[in-house]
Amino acid sequence: MKSKILAGFLVIIIIGFFSGAYVVDETEQAIITQFGRAVGEAKTSPGLYFKVPLIQQANYFPKNLLQWDGDPGQIPTLDKTYIWVDTFARWKIVDPLKFFQTVNNVTSALARLDDILDAAVRNYITSYPLLETVRVTNRKLDTFEVGIGDNQEERITRNISTGRKQIIKQVQEQARPKLAEFGIQLVDVKIKRLNYVEEVQQSVYSRMIAERKQIAEKFRSEGKGEASKIAGNREKELKKITSEAYKISQEIKGKADAEAAAIYAEALGRDPQFYSFIKTLEIYKETMDKNTSLILSTDSEFLQYLKDYGYSGSNLQK
Amino acid sequence: MSWDWDKLMEQKKSSSGGGFGTPPKMDDVLNKLRGAKGRFPGGFKLIILAAVIIILVSSSFYTVDVDEVGVVQRFGRFVRITQPGLSFKFPSFIETVSKVKVRYVFKEEFGFRTVDPGIRTRYASGPTYESESLMLTGDLNVAVVPWIVQYRIKDPYKYLFKVKNIRSTLRDLSEAAMRVVVGDRSINEVISKREEIAGEAAGILQKELDEADTGIHVVTIEMKRTNVPEPVQPSFNEVNQAGQEKEKLIYQAREEYNKVIPAAMGEAEKTIRGAEGYALSLVNRGKGDASRFVALYQEYAKAKDITKRRLYLEAIQEVYPKIGTKYLLDADMKGLLPLLNLGKSEGAKQ
Repeated sequence: MKSKILAGFLVIIIIGFFSGAYVVDETEQAIITQFGRAVGEAKTSPGLYFKVPLIQQANYFPKNLLQWDGDPGQIPTLDKTYIWVDTFARWKIVDPLKFFQTVNNVTSALARLDDILDAAVRNYITSYPLLETVRVTNRKLDTFEVGIGDNQEERITRNISTGRKQIIKQVQEQARPKLAEFGIQLVDVKIKRLNYVEEVQQSVYSRMIAERKQIAEKFRSEGKGEASKIAGNREKELKKITSEAYKISQEIKGKADAEAAAIYAEALGRDPQFYSFIKTLEIYKETMDKNTSLILSTDSEFLQYLKDYGYSGSNLQK
Repeated sequence: MSWDWDKLMEQKKSSSGGGFGTPPKMDDVLNKLRGAKGRFPGGFKLIILAAVIIILVSSSFYTVDVDEVGVVQRFGRFVRITQPGLSFKFPSFIETVSKVKVRYVFKEEFGFRTVDPGIRTRYASGPTYESESLMLTGDLNVAVVPWIVQYRIKDPYKYLFKVKNIRSTLRDLSEAAMRVVVGDRSINEVISKREEIAGEAAGILQKELDEADTGIHVVTIEMKRTNVPEPVQPSFNEVNQAGQEKEKLIYQAREEYNKVIPAAMGEAEKTIRGAEGYALSLVNRGKGDASRFVALYQEYAKAKDITKRRLYLEAIQEVYPKIGTKYLLDADMKGLLPLLNLGKSEGAKQ
């Protein structure tokens, strides 16, 4: 009988022992509450712990990095472009006691994060032009750099003064103290997606199309221009080549003409009359042929002997 | 199957690495059980005991595959990492093991999903996937940028314990990193410089993952075909086409140029050579004519009258026979001239 009572006690003790033991996982931290009131320090390191059975309760909170996914929403930028912004943040429960007292659990914490972060993101994105949110640095972009209207020039070459990193930093700075009150450490906030809203998207597409079309046109006209340039060059080269050749050949010929004239003048100058005599004879030889009719008068030198052998010389005289 | 227990225990001891508690010895466990058995005789109790033993034993050893490691927690606290092979631990309510594939390369796809991997892999794309890949470029255009991230778990401890929802954290960080890179690139760069973008995004992502203590190592980021949104694609193709057209026009013009200019240069050379020939011939002839004349003149100067007479008569002699019709007129007869029909043709005369 005594041993049975002892055994019963033993069983109760064992049950009590087991219901009083609790395990804190690597990813967890726990707070012990007694009738809803927190007792002692938070258990932040993993391992086996004991509490008073039945009276005390263990409340677990995650210790690792948690996620918050923003509700993607339309936000107008300073330059009145409506964009979709999808943000996410990572956070940690660093003060489980405060966390437990102020928000109680992760679900309601996420609701607080929604309130604070969505508002902060909206605030800051609204107060900057779109480009500031899109770009991070003033890295020089490689565009086709074609002379388009002022609009485009401005859009592309405008530099950012703040940039996405700074904007996000401001969001974090605004949200951090507010979340610290809940025992939450905001690790960071990031923009996951950023896009134009449907209606804006259509007009952006049309703008992109127009932009490409004019680049295409530019290419075409550049091609034509370049081809015309080459054709013009060809004409010019052609004229240059032929005219230069003409010029050189005329110079050569002129020089030769002059040289020949000098030679002739030098030689023939000795007796111009004799020259015309023999040259004339030569021309006779060349020009007279069977088609030529010749009327000779007996007066001529050639026929002087035809009527008279010339001794009297009287006829000749007559 | 024969187990070399000692050897196995040796291996396990060496691989478990110092520090994190020692695994229970099989012999000890068996001894304890044997001892316990003696205190509880009886059929029903024996069955319960056997069941307990089976549960305890079966949850006391586990195998770790070649590409995994086992992460053992004792009462929630991380105690050790075990390497591939058969390992022992305390029964399940004391020690638990999570297996992490540390050598396996995982893949996350963005902007599409592989539906049917194979030689001709099929991909699915749709509005849901599209929103992952649609992004704004630095020149405020819209680009479609699908990509994949390949990663390995380099630190199983961090991977398991440091971050909740680690896969979606990885996906979110990847998207954010890619958008940061694309946000600083023009649409042209996004389309043409994929390697560069992938490299930079991988760098940013790795940094973020390290900062978040994820224990993930990014093996590579690979960009799929980056493009512009579908409604805009024809206009981009048009630009490419126009570029080709431009080249074509220029080449055609050059062809025309090359066809004409070398020929013209040859022609010019020919003209110049012709002139040079003309010059040579003119001068030479002049010189020849001059020397001939001078030579003749020298003889003529010696006997002017007779030479002149001779030359004259020789010329007459040569010329007169060639002349077709000759009329002799007596110098005394007048008025004959009108009678001559000077215009008559030779044919009519015969």
